[in-house]
Amino acid sequence: MSKTITIDGNTIPFEDGQTIMEAATAAGVYIPHLCHHPEFTPHGSCKLCTVKVNGRICSACTFPAMEGQDVLNNTKELTDDRQLITQMLFVEGNHLCPGCEKTGNCQLQAVAYHLNMLDNHFPHFYPNREMDASHEDVLIDHNRCIFCTLCVRASQQKDGKDVFAISGRGINKHLIFNSQSGLLKDTDLDATDQAAQICPTGAILIKRTGYQVPIGERIYDHKQIDQVSLETEHHQHDK
Amino acid sequence: MTNKIRVATTSLAGCFGCHMSFLDIDERMLQLVEVVEFGRSPINDIEHCTDCDIGLIEGGVCNSENVHVLREFRKNCKILVAVGACAINGGLPAMRNFIPLEECLNEAYINGIGVENAQIPSDPELPLLLDKVRPIHEVVKIDYFLPGCPPSADVFWKFLTDLIDGREPSLPYELVHYD
Ligand code: SF4
Ligand code: SF4
Ligand code: FES
Repeated sequence: MSKTITIDGNTIPFEDGQTIMEAATAAGVYIPHLCHHPEFTPHGSCKLCTVKVNGRICSACTFPAMEGQDVLNNTKELTDDRQLITQMLFVEGNHLCPGCEKTGNCQLQAVAYHLNMLDNHFPHFYPNREMDASHEDVLIDHNRCIFCTLCVRASQQKDGKDVFAISGRGINKHLIFNSQSGLLKDTDLDATDQAAQICPTGAILIKRTGYQVPIGERIYDHKQIDQVSLETEHHQHDK
Repeated sequence: MTNKIRVATTSLAGCFGCHMSFLDIDERMLQLVEVVEFGRSPINDIEHCTDCDIGLIEGGVCNSENVHVLREFRKNCKILVAVGACAINGGLPAMRNFIPLEECLNEAYINGIGVENAQIPSDPELPLLLDKVRPIHEVVKIDYFLPGCPPSADVFWKFLTDLIDGREPSLPYELVHYD
């Protein structure tokens, strides 16, 4: 007999060592997430995956699955919380989607669509953030970074490099590059690195690939992120 | 007095794109005016917003006149709606928020290419610019939001018909876009 937890009343099997997120994905249950990626150690920073485990708020991407857990995921209360979290992510940076190349392919935007987020609720920070266009093939727009650290983890764990890090705290938090000059061009980043490809938002863009897929024909224009996520991440968990 | 639902519309710091998209409901406009009449709107040139049921606001606020008009709408509309990206988050006009106002004015009126008789306009009739472009929910209470740049004609149609038929307005996934 395999061990089980319940998610929204449904029995879900798990193996020792799996997180709630991993057990859910393997069973075809979507838990919203942005900083979680099946190929990398969890980071637990975006809080989109907030669930209630036996009445307690937890991050599904970091919390181990354990026998007897009663998990709430798809409830009105949690959807409202997740919407507030997403709204905070939007006002903390500068997300002007009509002028962003990532629109339609962006996971932050797709999660917001999925949550039926129609406004940003909070006052906007309009922080003054820079762009780094120094690299031959890769563009960084700090306005759209949500500090998920996926680029940091991908560079360390997949590319065997150490190009990115997060520096500073609170509103001064920012992404930095591993080079004397602090510029992206002086790092050993290549456009083919997973770190350059993995950004869930439009903060890292590959040059000369913009608008090859027209708006209206992009990933999330017609498909919701829960479906896309389960299709692409289901098998990655099994690897 | 008729029993028609009164709708007012305006464009603040917007490009009228949302209004154009509203007009894209095309022949459905004939159905709409059976039950709706327009108060202040660029469609009819009525200048002031008096007692209305629904106010549709395109654009954020970038100057003192925008704030004045927005407050007039809030005072006179039972339901106030933020229409489009600029009303909701400042939109593309908010890209000037990262450049000091003085630099913006100098670039446009003093140092810009082809400028003659360089001077910054200061006629007392001109509304003063705000230091930053702001979304409208930061100034008055907003009841509903229609995202999109612009929201499609179907968004306007779905929202207005929901309201007119007495349903709580809602937008399905296919109608929610920020671009
Ligand atoms: S990164 Fe995503 S949410 Fe931000 S502006 Fe681009 S498309 Fe919009
Ligand atoms: S640049 Fe992208 S991948 Fe890196 S931390 Fe920011 S949002 Fe995440
Ligand atoms: S996905 Fe769990 S905290 Fe980001």
